[in-house]
Amino acid sequence: MIGNLDARTPHGPLAQKWTNHKDHARLVAPNNRRKFEIIVVGSGLAGGSAAATLGELGYNVKCFCYQDSPRRAHSIAAQGGINAAKNYQNDGDSVFRLFYDTIKGGDFRAREANVYRLAEVSNLIIDQCVEQGVPFAREYSGLLANRSFGGAQVSRTFYARGQTGQQLLLGAYQALCRQIAAGTVKMFPQTEMLDLVLVDGHAKGIITRSLVTGKIEAHAGDAVVLATGGYGNVFYLSTNARGCNVTATYRAYKKGALFANPCFTQIHPTCIPVSGENQSKLTLMSESLRNDGRVWVPKQAGDQRPPAQIPETERDYYLERKYPSFGNLAPRDISSRAAKEVCDEGRGVGESGRGVYLDFADAIARLGESTIRERYGNLFHIYEKITGENAYRRPMRIYPAVHYTMGGLWVDYNLMSNVPGLHVIGEANFSDHGANRLGASALMQGLADGYFVLPYTLPAYLAPQIGKRPSVDRPEFREAEDDVRARTGKMLAINGTRSVDSFHRELGLLLWDKCGMARNADGLREALARIPQLREEFWRDVRVLGEGEALNQSLERAGRVADFLEFAELMCTDALSRDESCGGHFREEHQTPDGEALRDDENFADVFAWEYQGNGSVAAPKLHREQLVFETVQLTQRSYK
Amino acid sequence: MRFKLKVWRQKNPKTKGKLVEYQATNVSPNTSFLEMLDVVNEGLIAKGEEPIAFDSDCREGICGTCSLTINGEAHGPDHPGAACEVYMRRFKDGATIIVEPFRAKPFPLIKDLVVDRSALDRIVQAGGFVAARAGSAPEANATLVPKQDADRAMEAAACIGCGACAAACPNASAMLFTAAKVSHLAFLPQGQPERTSRVLKMVTAMDAEGFGNCTNTYECEAVCPAQISASYIAKLNREYAVASFRRKAGE
Repeated sequence: MIGNLDARTPHGPLAQKWTNHKDHARLVAPNNRRKFEIIVVGSGLAGGSAAATLGELGYNVKCFCYQDSPRRAHSIAAQGGINAAKNYQNDGDSVFRLFYDTIKGGDFRAREANVYRLAEVSNLIIDQCVEQGVPFAREYSGLLANRSFGGAQVSRTFYARGQTGQQLLLGAYQALCRQIAAGTVKMFPQTEMLDLVLVDGHAKGIITRSLVTGKIEAHAGDAVVLATGGYGNVFYLSTNARGCNVTATYRAYKKGALFANPCFTQIHPTCIPVSGENQSKLTLMSESLRNDGRVWVPKQAGDQRPPAQIPETERDYYLERKYPSFGNLAPRDISSRAAKEVCDEGRGVGESGRGVYLDFADAIARLGESTIRERYGNLFHIYEKITGENAYRRPMRIYPAVHYTMGGLWVDYNLMSNVPGLHVIGEANFSDHGANRLGASALMQGLADGYFVLPYTLPAYLAPQIGKRPSVDRPEFREAEDDVRARTGKMLAINGTRSVDSFHRELGLLLWDKCGMARNADGLREALARIPQLREEFWRDVRVLGEGEALNQSLERAGRVADFLEFAELMCTDALSRDESCGGHFREEHQTPDGEALRDDENFADVFAWEYQGNGSVAAPKLHREQLVFETVQLTQRSYK
Repeated sequence: MRFKLKVWRQKNPKTKGKLVEYQATNVSPNTSFLEMLDVVNEGLIAKGEEPIAFDSDCREGICGTCSLTINGEAHGPDHPGAACEVYMRRFKDGATIIVEPFRAKPFPLIKDLVVDRSALDRIVQAGGFVAARAGSAPEANATLVPKQDADRAMEAAACIGCGACAAACPNASAMLFTAAKVSHLAFLPQGQPERTSRVLKMVTAMDAEGFGNCTNTYECEAVCPAQISASYIAKLNREYAVASFRRKAGE
C-alpha cells in the first residue's frame, strides 16, 4: 500500500480555490491552439461538450464514439433533470448547499474542492444550455421551472419533461456539429478505442477499430481525453445502453492509469423489475416520479391481493415511515436498500416478489391526471410499453437496478490522471460523487467537466507540450496496434462452444449476487475465486463467428466482455479491501443497529486507487490511497430521518 | 409463443441480399422484439451460423439507434415507439414476421439490418444549432420564454433522429426530421438570429443528401416514435418560404 496520492488541490479557502486556480493557470494563446491535436473519446454530455468547447477555442479535436452518431451517446437516456444552485425558488438554495448535499449524499467519500467547483459552475451550465436552445420546462411567467430530487430539501432540478438528458445532449451535439462543420472537430463515429498509447510515459495516442470496416488504426494527439462513461454493464443487466463498456478506461488502467473506487456502484431504486431470463437490459423510471409517487408494500408478507384491494391500513409506506423528513425522496442508496429489505422479508410484489409499488393515486386525486401526464407522460408510456400495465390506473411496480458507477479513473483537480496527458471526464472519472451520486447530478458533472472545467485545466498540461506530438510511425504505436490485432485475431480463432452473451450473463449474475446492493467478505471471496475460472473458460471456449475486417457485433461484444471479466476482479478486490460501509457500498458486516451504512472514517476516509501490476496479473493490483481532507464539512452519520 | 421470421440477410453492400427464414420458438409474450432476435441469434451461434446484425443501444426508445422495418412498418406495429419498444405480445401466436432494414436511398446498407444514417448528422451540421459560445451566455432567466413556445419547442425537439420518417416515406423524404429541428429552434428566442440562414442551409443539405420531397402521405407522422406532428412540415415550408423571400429581398 502506498501513501498519499496528491490531488494537487489548490490552497486557500474552499470558495476561492477555483477562482484562484483559474487566475494562475497556464494558458495556450489563440494562435498556438491550432498547433495542438486533442483526442476526445466519447461523445456524451462530457465528451460532446468538451470536444465542442475545445474546438470552439481553436484546438484541433478528433472525437470518437462507438455509436453511429454522437447524438446517441448514453447520456441521452437520462430522464429526470440537472441540478443547479440558482435558487430561483427562493427556498434557501446556494452554491454551498448544493456542495454540501452532494458531499453528504456521497457519504463523505468525495473530494471537497472538486465538489465545490461542481456546485459553483452548475449555474453557468443552465445559462449555457438555455442559450443553446435547450427547451427546459417553464412556468406560465416564462421563467424556468424546477422540481425536487432525492437527497435535497430544496427544489433545484431543471428539466425538459422526462427527457432532460436527451435535450442537454442535443445541445452539446449541436454545438459539436457546428464545430464539425467549421472543421475544428473531426468526428469518428462507429469507431471504438481499443488501446491507449504512451510515449515517454505520456498519453499521446489511441488505437481504434472501425466497427464498420474492422480497420485498426493509430491516432496521435497532444493529449487524450477519456469521456467513455461508466462500467455498469459489468453486471450484464443494468439501465445502461447495451454498448456501454469499460474497455477504454480499463485499457488505460492496464497502461498505468490508476482506477479509483471501482466498487462504488449505484443501484437505482426505481427501475422496472426483471421479467424473464431473456431480458437484455433494465429500464429506469426517473427518480423525479418520487416527487408525486408514494412507495409502498403490503404490511403482511405473502399478501397476493391486487393493489387496489389492499386497504390503506394494510399498506406500509416504508420510506415515509423510516425517513419522515425526506420520505419518498430519500437518496438512492438508502431507498434501494430499503426496497431490498422489504422484499427479503417476503413483502415484495409482482410475480417474482422482487418489486415494490410506486403509487400515483394520491397525486392524481390531488392534481388531476392531466397534470401527472404533463409531468411524467413519457415515463408512464414507457412503463406501459414494457409491462402492458396502465400506471394511471394501478401502481407501478419498481425494483432497484444497476444504474451508474461512481468509481472510475483517478484524476487530480485538473481532471488529469496519474498518466501525464490522460484526462478523464464525466462518469468515466471517479471524482465528484463519492460513494453515492444524488439524482440530477450526473448531467451536471458531465457538462461541468466538458464546458467549464477541462477547457481551463487542459492548458496546464498542454502549454509545455508544444511541438511534442509524436508520429504514429513510432514503435509505441506499431506495438499497440499489433497487440490489438493479435487480441482480435485470438478471439476469432478460439471457435469454442459458448456465446459471448452467455459469459456476460453469468458474470453479471455472479456480481449482482456477490457485489451488488449488499456485499460481505465471504461472498466477495467466492466471486474472486469464480471470476478467474470464468475468464479462463472464456478464452478457451468462447465462440465468435464471422470475420475481423467487417461489421461484426459478436466480436465487438467479445472484446468488451473480455475486459469486464478482468475488471470484475478489480471491483471485487476493491469491495473486499474497503472494510466499511459507505453510500452504495454496503458491507453487511458494517451496519448500524437500524440497518444503515456504518462508515469507518478513521481507516477509510480516503480514495482507493489501484495500479495494474503488469504481466497479465489481474489478481494483485497495487493499492494507492488518497487521503480525503475535509476542511469545511464535518463528517457525520448521514441521516435522512 | 412461436413465430416464423423472414429476415433480410446481406453480407455487405456489394453482395445481393435476400430474406432468410428462421423459427423463433418458446417466446414469452413479455419478451421484446429485439430480445427475441437475441435469442434467435444465440441459436444461430450454437449452430455455427453468423448471427443477424441489427442496431440497438439504449433499448428504451430514446437513443434512436434501432432501425427495423417489421412487416413493412418502420419500427413495427406498436406506434408510437421505436422497434426496441415492441413486445411480442403484440403479435399473434404462430404469425409470420418479415424483418427488413430501414430502406431509403440516403441510408446505404452496411450489413443485414444495419444501415448508414450519417446523412441526418450532415443535415444538422449544415445549420441545426445555435452558435452559442461556451461562457458567453447571459443569465438563464434574463430572457423569458412563454410556456406555450417552450412546450412547442420541446415537442419538436423530442425527435430521436432514428430516420423512420424517411424510411416510411414513399419519397424517402427527411422533411419531418428537418422540420422538427428547424421548428424547435424557430420557436425559441435564442434561435432567432440564425433563423433565416438555418432553414435555408438545412434544406439545401437535405436535398443534397438525396432525400425526396413531401407529398403529404403522412407515413412519417404515423411511424414517428417521438410523435412529431406532420404539421411541422407545414411550418418548415413556411420558414423556408419566408427565409427565401428575405434572402431575395437582400435581408
